[in-house]
This record gives sequence, C-alpha cells and structure tokens, in this order.
Amino acid sequence: MKLSVNGIDHDVDASNDMPLLWVLRDLIGLTGTKYGCGIAQCGACTVHVDGVPMKACITPASAVSGRKITTIEGLSADASHPVQKAWAELDVVQCGYCQSGQIMAAAALLQVVNNPDDAQIDAAMAGNLCRCGTYPRVRAAIHRAAEIGKA
Amino acid sequence: MNAENNPSRRQFLKASALVGGGLVVAFVVPGGKRLAFAQEAPAAAATLTPNAFLRIGADDSVSVLLAHSEMGQGIWTTLPMLIAEELDADWSKFRVEHAPAAPVYASTVFGMQGTGGSTTTWSEFDRYRQVGATARAMLVQAAAARFGVEASACRTENGAVIAGSQRATYGELADDAGKLPVPANVALKAPADWKVIGKPTRRLDTPEKINGSAKFGMDVQFEGLKTAVVARAPVFGAKVKSFDAAPALAVPGVRKVVQVPSGVAVVADHFWAAKKGRDALSVDWDLGPNAGLDSAALLASYRELAKADGASAARKGDARAKLATATKTIEAEYHLPYLAHAPMEPLNCTVRIGADQCELWVGTQFQTIEQGAAAAITGLKPEQVQVHTPFLGGGFGRRATPGADVVSEAVHVAKAAGLPVKTVWTREDDTQGGYYRPMYFERARIALGDDGLPVAWDHVLVGQSIMAGTPFAGTIKDGVDNSSVEGVADSPYITGLADHRVDLHSPTPGVPVLWWRSVGHSQNAFVMESLVDELAHAAGKDPLDYRRTLLKDHPRHLGVLNLAAEKAGWGTPLPEGRRRGIAVHESFGSYVAQVAEVSVEDGAVRVHKVTCAIDCGVAVNPLMIAAQMESGIAFGLSAALHGRITFKDGRVQQSNYHDYPALRLPEMPAVDTHVVASSEKPGGVGEPGLPPIAPAVANAVFALTGQRLRTLPLALAKA
Repeated sequence: MKLSVNGIDHDVDASNDMPLLWVLRDLIGLTGTKYGCGIAQCGACTVHVDGVPMKACITPASAVSGRKITTIEGLSADASHPVQKAWAELDVVQCGYCQSGQIMAAAALLQVVNNPDDAQIDAAMAGNLCRCGTYPRVRAAIHRAAEIGKA
Repeated sequence: MNAENNPSRRQFLKASALVGGGLVVAFVVPGGKRLAFAQEAPAAAATLTPNAFLRIGADDSVSVLLAHSEMGQGIWTTLPMLIAEELDADWSKFRVEHAPAAPVYASTVFGMQGTGGSTTTWSEFDRYRQVGATARAMLVQAAAARFGVEASACRTENGAVIAGSQRATYGELADDAGKLPVPANVALKAPADWKVIGKPTRRLDTPEKINGSAKFGMDVQFEGLKTAVVARAPVFGAKVKSFDAAPALAVPGVRKVVQVPSGVAVVADHFWAAKKGRDALSVDWDLGPNAGLDSAALLASYRELAKADGASAARKGDARAKLATATKTIEAEYHLPYLAHAPMEPLNCTVRIGADQCELWVGTQFQTIEQGAAAAITGLKPEQVQVHTPFLGGGFGRRATPGADVVSEAVHVAKAAGLPVKTVWTREDDTQGGYYRPMYFERARIALGDDGLPVAWDHVLVGQSIMAGTPFAGTIKDGVDNSSVEGVADSPYITGLADHRVDLHSPTPGVPVLWWRSVGHSQNAFVMESLVDELAHAAGKDPLDYRRTLLKDHPRHLGVLNLAAEKAGWGTPLPEGRRRGIAVHESFGSYVAQVAEVSVEDGAVRVHKVTCAIDCGVAVNPLMIAAQMESGIAFGLSAALHGRITFKDGRVQQSNYHDYPALRLPEMPAVDTHVVASSEKPGGVGEPGLPPIAPAVANAVFALTGQRLRTLPLALAKA
C-alpha cells in the first residue's frame, strides 16, 4: 500500500489490519511515534492525518493510504514548531516516552483553537497519559505555544 | 560529606556489604583500561580521558558518561552540573551518554551499577565534582607547561585556560593534558563559590525528546533483528504443559516459536506479526499452586495473621500493658492494594548473542544484575556481556529487578531462537506480569494521654517482603525486611514513645513483588499520616498544630510542615465545598510536607491544588526538584484515586490503562513547590514527593465529608 508520511511517499507491504503505528515504527523505521497501550487509551501513538490527531495504534494503515500523515519527526525540520519551542522553554519533558504524543496532540489543538483555555486543554489532552506527571508543564507550555504562535 | 550520618545510606551500606560488592570503587582509571570498556566508536584522537566518567574532545566537546540510568528524574542534567561546577567548561558543549556496564561505574552506595532509592544525586555529589576538578587541574597543568608559567598563574574561564595574554581552549589542551599523570584529591570549590549548583538549569535531553529522535529500548533497530512476544503464565507459577506452534507459524512474518522457562516465545519479523502469532498460539498450562489466588481472601487472611505476634521491627517498654489500662484508645485498620508500576514504555529487551560476547540493549536500572544474568545463561563471563542503556520510558522501580526477569527471559529467547531478538511486552503483559508493590494490612492501637497526645503505640503490619528470595535477602534481620516497615518503625511519632511496638508479618502468597516508587513509604506514609490525623481529630486539635506538638524535637520535619502550611494559607477561608488536608513525611534523606486542597464532585474526589515544601539539603537543580515533586504527586495521586491490582481465580483482573487507570491531565492539581534553603548534605528527590500526597488528600476528604477512608484507592461511601 502507499503511505504518504511527512511529505515522503512509501510503498509498504503490510497486512490490511496492521495498525499505522507498527507500519511507521517497524516497516518505515520512524520510531518517534510510540507504543504505550495498543487500545487508544494512552495517546503515545498520536499522529496527524490530514492535520487531525489520530491514535495510530488502532488506525489500520490501509485506512489512511492516500492521506497526508504527519509524525513527530515531520512536525518541523528543526524543532521550530511553536509547541516544540514552548516545550523547550518550559522544560516540559521527563522520561520523554509520552512526549511525542503530547506534542502532536497539542499541535493539533492549536491548529483548531489558537488560544485554548484550560477547559479546552483538558478536553484535548485528556487522552495523553504521562506517568512522570509532566501535566502542569504541558498545560503551561500549550499556553506559551499559543503566545509564540501569535507573535 | 559524611556518609555514615545519612540513615538511608546506612541502610544501603548494609545492603551492599551483604551483596558482597566493594563499597568504594576507584574511579580514576588509566586511559587504557577505560578504552577496553568502550563499545561505542573509539574516542576521537586528542582526547582527555582523566577517568571513566569524562571525555574532553579536541573540538572542545565535554562528554559525560553517566553511571546511572536516566528515567525522567533528570540526572542526565544534574550529574553533568556537578562536573560543570568544577570543570568550568562551556555548558553548551556538554554531551551526555549512559556509561557501559563496568565495575568502575558501581554506585558508591549499592556496590554495583544501579539507579534507585533516590540515591543518584547525593551519592555522586562528591564523586562527579571530583571528576570535574581533576580534569580542570590536568588542563591547567597542560596549559602551564605550554605557556611556560606556573599553574598558579593560570585561571580558567568557560572552557579555556588563561594566563595573562595567553589562552588555550580545553580542546586544544586535551591531547597534552591526556599525557599527564592523574592527580588525586584535587580540592573542590567552597559552596560560597558555586556558580552552577543551585541554579535552575534546563534539561540537556530536551532536544531529542521533542523531535522523536530520543531512543528508548523499544526503538532499538538493526539489520537482522527479530521481535518476540512471549505467552506467559496466566497465573504466577504456572508451567507449560504443551503447546501447538502451528497456528502461530502460519501467521505471515512469524519465523520461530520457542519454549523458554517463562513461557512460549513467538519470534517474528516485527511486533505486529509476533503479537498476532501469539494470539494464534494455543498453550496448555499446568496452573500450579497459585490458581486460586484471590485478593479478597488474601486480605482476610492478612487480617487474621495480624492477630498473632509478628517479627519485632521496633519495641520499647510495654505498649500492650499501657493500652490495656488506658482510658482513651484509638484503634484503626488500614489496607492498601497491590500496585503495578505501569511505566509508559512497556518492558522490553534486545539481545544479540555472539561466539564470545553478548550484547543487551535494555532500559535498566540494574546494569550489573542484568550483565550477570546474561552471563549465567549464555555461559559467558560478565565482562563479555555489554549492556547498552537507552533512555528509560519510566522506571519507578520496575526496571530494577534483583532476579533480572526481563533480561533473563529475553536472553533465553535469543538463545533458543539462535537469532538476535527484541522481546517486547505488551501493555497487558506489563500490567499482569507481576513484581507489584505488595498489598498491605495494618492495624494500630494507640493510647492517648489526657492531653490528647499518644502515650503508647502498638502497630502490626502484614505484607510481603520485597527482599525475600532475592540476592538482597541478607538485608532481612530477625525476620524484618526494613523496606516493609520504613516510615513506621522509624517514625518520629513512634520512636519517641516510652511504650511502643511494631510487629511485621511477611506472608508468601506467591505473587512476585518489588519496590514501587517510594517502597515501604508508599503505603506507610498513608497509614501514619492518616492515623496522626485521626489522633488530632480525636483530641479535638487542629491537624497542623497537633503535628507541630508531636514534631517539636524534629526541626527538619517542622521546617517543611510550617512552610507548606504557610504557603498554602492553612487556616484561611476556602471556597465553598473545599477543604485542606496536610501530611509530612521523611523518606530517602529528605523531608516533605504537602497541603492538598480538595473537593468532592459527583461522589468523586477532586484535588485542586497541592502546596509542597521539601527540605532535600543542598538543592542542586531547583527546576528538577520542582519537576520531581510534581511527578511524585502525580504518581501518588494515581494510586490514591485509581490504582489497584486484584486477583481472582489466580488471575490478575486488570490489563491495561482502561481498567488500571492512571491520572490524566484534567485531574492534575496545580502544584506549588517550595524548596527549603539548606546546606545540609543532599537528600533524595525522586521518591520523597510521593508518600505525603495520599494522606494529605484523605485528610482533606475527612475534613470535607467526615468519612475516614482507610484504604486506597479512595472511595467515598454513597450518601
């Protein structure tokens, strides 16, 4: 099947039921998108499909063939996305394993709501678990990214 | 720093003496020996390698080799700060990597290479500063020779040595410096001269963790590597009777199906094929002795066991006699469930076995243990086992197993398959795979004097020993595993009483258990800080004032207690429907107090704000301390509100984040952390933020509802 990931076309040999997550990681070799639960409960696998955040662990790759897929590696060439800048400024990460998903979910939120309030952040980010407890800084960084995006 | 005065260190010193490792390991090794450990590309030419922990390149790069594992706690940054303080190099030129597994990297506390017990920063506080000072001295020496001046005429500034108008960068000097003898006992800076220690410093691993390039164990990839998923016992101790590999082998991508001691491994080209192969596999199990394991029955048996005398963890005077004649006594039973660690990165280990060497890629907290286990299984010597430590996607203690369960299994799989294999645990495997924080039942009877203060205390704990049956079993003394009773047997509320006793029962119900972030403090702080709150209310006293009285001879407890109360506005009015709860607890060398502001909405506990005060002695990186307090609070709140592992018919009833929930962003309270300015030797920071949160919240719930909740997760009785 043909998959367009971060602007590059890939021809992959995958079964129809193989989730996008595993095609990305094991067939294409992009390991920035993570496996945390496999049942769309943790959000570590969050990618964008035509700009919309999706959980790659339950999305069959075959279902998004022909769509524009963006992973953390493709969010920017140089960590220049406002979310990435805010994440660096506010020292958000700890172990880092959930952070690709956090950043992708946050970036998707800001596409749709350019200055989210706390309730909107709650709703958009509730699907992204962090066992290290970076939540306060995730929230602050989304506010900061909104500011950076405005500038 | 006088190591002996730190109680946590004393515990670990005892532990490591019995493990048999050397306590103090020479950290300065000749360049030749160090290169023998290296498995990365050989160090670039013109490199100063004053010891195994530091490399300065001709390009002025400063490479720090960490003897400990970065799992979010921030040592990737904190330890280099210690070197930077003394080295006086350009911080922007610092690079960090995990060191290989080698004796020189043994923890100064454990006697082996390991990360845990909130020990890393304080246990390396002297050693890493020495590393920086030693390198600086050699660079100055080299510069002095080059400049034709005395060393005393030289000064350093941000990666260069300067004497008058002469200047040379560390990179330019590295080659010459590398030829000098390594000086011993170079003087360290006085705290008044610190420029780095104590400054809020941003993480060095941020760039790779925000662009997807940071590599975790799950991400290891190389030509020819296969992936395995293992069908493991559905009940602890079950054994494979027979299995039919054919359906698994029929799945495209599956290469082999091999039996190993822990179950049956399906080895495939990639994870999805391996998982489908395992789903197709049929295994017949002999369920073994634990097939009837049932949490409710187990708790009932613990309650019975508590009626008998246990091993004595603390005893003075005659608490029971005092209780028998006391006019006012409080009696309470507490129980807490098994807990899984549930780190975001499920367990995994990559193994490549060669003729005379074995390579492991594993996010581990215990390099020496893993190395030894792999050696034993492959028949190689430990020195022939290379351990590559990638970033850990959370550890919390689960990645530090004395019995090397994850690595042993992975080595068996690779050996049986005759292929390099990455063995991956699914989230279900991870949740159900054991090594839990033990379940606990505790009963306390406390006699109160006329002033409402405790005069006698009789406390029984029932819970599995973490050390029993492990290489650390030698730390159990007279039937008491100290990690079971820490926070109770040494509690300032108890030890000061003329009549007290703490008894411990350590049953063995066949569930693998392990240290879970903050270990014994995780259950005992909940019990003790709830009990003290019960006493305060029984005495008609304010919980803060009551604790102030009890802790009057404990200035560091008092310090954080008062600071947290002040910053939280204890006693000031709150919005309708909110109350505060307070808790203070010492663990791992640090003192933490927390005030939680709580409401109840639709029968559910909601935590709005936590004010946290910590005294961790010298604060090396305030940013990291605040992050770790938020982290401990989040982890502890997950357990306070949601976490429980239960058993029925031998099986773990939970399997993933839908039924073993973790705290989500909307549930996270705002957290204000206040760090006590202190020049005491550093205490731990990774775990101490966790113990106080559950009792602080439970105490607030009591103030709000009048319900005293004596079990976790907190569940309010329906109105």
